[in-house]
Amino acid sequence: MEFPAAITNLPKAPTGIRGLDDITGGGLPRGRTTLICGGAGCGKTLLAFETLVRGAALYGEPGLFVSFEESPADLRMNVANLAIDVANLEQRGLLLLEQISLEQGEIAEVGEYDLEGLFIRLGLLIDRIGAQRIVLDTIETLFSAFGNQSILRGELQRLFRWLRQRGLTAIITAERSGQGLSRFGIEEFVADCVILLDYRITEHVLTRYARIVKYRGSSHGVNEYPFTIGPHGITMLPITSFTLRYPVSAERISSGFPDLDHLLDGGGYYRGSTILVSGPTGSGKTSLGASFVAAACARGEPAIFFAFEESADQIVRNLRSIGIDLQQWRDRGLLQIISSRPSLAGLETHLITLLEAVEQSGARAVVIDPITGFHTISRPVDITTMLFRLFDGLKSLGVTTLATSLTNAGADPAQSEVNISSLVDTWIVLRNHETNGERNRSLLVLKSRGMRHSNQVRELVMDAHGLRLVEIYAAGETVLIGAARIAEQERLRHEQELHEREAIQRQRRYALQQRLLALQIEALQAELAALDDEMNAAADLSEARARAQIQSRLATSRYRDSTQEGSDGR
Amino acid sequence: MADEAPEYEYDLWLYIAGQTPKSLLAVANLRRICDQYLHNRYRVHVIDLHHEPERAISDNILAIPTLVRKLPPPIRKIVGDLSNTERVLVGLDLTPRRHTGS
Repeated sequence: MEFPAAITNLPKAPTGIRGLDDITGGGLPRGRTTLICGGAGCGKTLLAFETLVRGAALYGEPGLFVSFEESPADLRMNVANLAIDVANLEQRGLLLLEQISLEQGEIAEVGEYDLEGLFIRLGLLIDRIGAQRIVLDTIETLFSAFGNQSILRGELQRLFRWLRQRGLTAIITAERSGQGLSRFGIEEFVADCVILLDYRITEHVLTRYARIVKYRGSSHGVNEYPFTIGPHGITMLPITSFTLRYPVSAERISSGFPDLDHLLDGGGYYRGSTILVSGPTGSGKTSLGASFVAAACARGEPAIFFAFEESADQIVRNLRSIGIDLQQWRDRGLLQIISSRPSLAGLETHLITLLEAVEQSGARAVVIDPITGFHTISRPVDITTMLFRLFDGLKSLGVTTLATSLTNAGADPAQSEVNISSLVDTWIVLRNHETNGERNRSLLVLKSRGMRHSNQVRELVMDAHGLRLVEIYAAGETVLIGAARIAEQERLRHEQELHEREAIQRQRRYALQQRLLALQIEALQAELAALDDEMNAAADLSEARARAQIQSRLATSRYRDSTQEGSDGR
Repeated sequence: MADEAPEYEYDLWLYIAGQTPKSLLAVANLRRICDQYLHNRYRVHVIDLHHEPERAISDNILAIPTLVRKLPPPIRKIVGDLSNTERVLVGLDLTPRRHTGS
C-alpha cells in the first residue's frame, strides 16, 4: 500500500471493509473510540455495523451493538445481504444486538443525576459476550432523551473515558449538525479517530464520500474517498490503493484478429495490458473488442463484455454479421455480456460493479465499450480518475482490458484522449475515410509498449468472413482506400511490369557489350602472339647466317694450308 | 379520590446505584415528600443497581437516580435527586393545589 505503514506501534483493529483498512493504515485504533459522523442516510450505522460484524466473523472479536433507534430485528434485516450469517454469529456468542429504547418527553428532571444506569447496562452486556468491539448508535438519540446539557457533557466525557478504560474498540455514531461535526462539539475532540461521511448529488447521481478527519497517533489518507453501499456492504476504492506494482507478463495473447496480431510484432497483446481502441462511430471498435473476447473464450478463458451503448442481444446479432459468434461462448458460460446505461448509477458505483463482476467471474479478458459513455454523467476529471482506478484495478487482477473510446470525426485522437493515454499500453486508432462516394476504415497501431509494432496504416475490411487488414496506398498527400486503392493497385502493377521490362533490356545490352569486349581482347592477344613469332624467327636467321660465315672462313683457310705443303715435296 | 382505593394507591420505585450523595439525597427527599403528601397511600421500593444490575436492563433504567411511578397508571418517570418538591409533585401528577382543592 502506498500509505505509510503508520508511524506507530499503535495497535489497530481491522474493519474488514475493503478500502477502509487501506486509508486508515490497518483499521480503527484498537482499544480506543472512533467517532463516525455524518448527516442522515450517510451510511453511519452500516459502517459501524459492518465493522462489528466483520470483526466478529473475520477476526473472532465479539461485538456488541447498542442501538438507541433501531430494533435488533430491523438491524438484522438491514444487513441480510452482507453474505455474513449474522444469526450464526449471535448464536456463537460473537455478536450481541441490543436496543435501548428511550421514552422521549416523558421524563421529568428534578435535580442532579448521572447516567450510571447506562454504564451498568453496558457493562453487563459487554461481559455477557466478552465484547472487544462496541458500537453506540447514535449518541444524539441517547442524549436527546435528557435535557440537562451540562450533565450530558460531563457524562459524555465519562463515557469516552470509561470505554477506553475497559479497552474496548468503540465506534460512536453521531448525527452531524450544522457547522460542527457533532452536537456537543466535544465528541470529535475526545475521540481518537473521527471519520466523516457525506454524500453529494451531481447530475442526479449520488456519490458517497468518507474522509478521515482525525486519527490520533497514526498517519492516514487525507482525501475524500468515494464509497458505495452495494449488495456486499460498503466498498471503498481509495484512489491510491493500487500501486504500480503489477505482476508483469511477457505472455502474448491473440487479439482474435490474425492480421492485427501480425502488426503487433506478430504476437498480439501482452497479457494483463490495457488496450485502447479509439475511433469515430462505425469505425469497428466494438468488432475489435468482440473478436478479442471471442479469442479469449476460444482459449477457454472467462471474459466479460461491458456494453454501455447496446444491449447484449444487439451485440450478439451485430457481430454475427461479421462472422463472430458470441452466443456459443455465452451458452458455455464463458462470456458475460453486461449491458447497462452509464446514467443508471454514479461513476463510483460503475467502478465497483465492474471490478466486482470481474473478480467474481474470474474473467481474464474484459472489454469496456465504450468508456466515453461516462461523459454524460460526470466531469472529465472525475472520469479520468475513475478510469485510472479501473485500469489499475483490472491490471492488478492480471486482467487484459480492451476499452473503446468514441472520438469525434474531425478530432485528432492523439489529442482527444491525451488524458488517459499514459494509462494505456496499446493504443489502436481507427479512422473513417470518405472518398469517391464510399466510406472505408483504416487502422493504425499508434503505440504499443514493449514491442516492435508496425507503424503502417492499414485498411480495415469487415465482411461476413470477419476482419482483414489490407495494405494501404498513399499517393502524395492522399490516402487511397477502397475502390481507389484497387485502381491504384492496378496502376502500380503496370508500372511494375514496365520496370521489369526495362530491367530485362538493360540486362541484354550488358551481355552484348560484354561479349564484344571479350572478342576484342581475343583479337589483340592473337596480334601479340604473331608479333612474338616474327621476333623469334628473325633472331634464328641471323644466328644461322653468322654460323655459316664462320664455317666458310674455316674452309678457306684449310684449303690454303694444303696447297703450301704439296709444292715443298718435289 | 375513590373510596375503594387499593392498599397502596401509589407504587413508587426508586433506582439508585450505591450510597452516593445523589442517591441518599433522593431517598431522603422521596420519603419526605411521601410522608407529607401521600400519608399512608404509598409504597416505595428502593432498588440499588449495584446489587441488582440486571434490573437496569429489565426496567430500562439509564439515569440515576430514577423514580418510577408504576401505580396509578400511566407510568411516570422522574430523574434526579428530587430536590425540588414542587416539581416532583408535578412530575408525579400530584400538584398540592389540586390535591387540597379536591
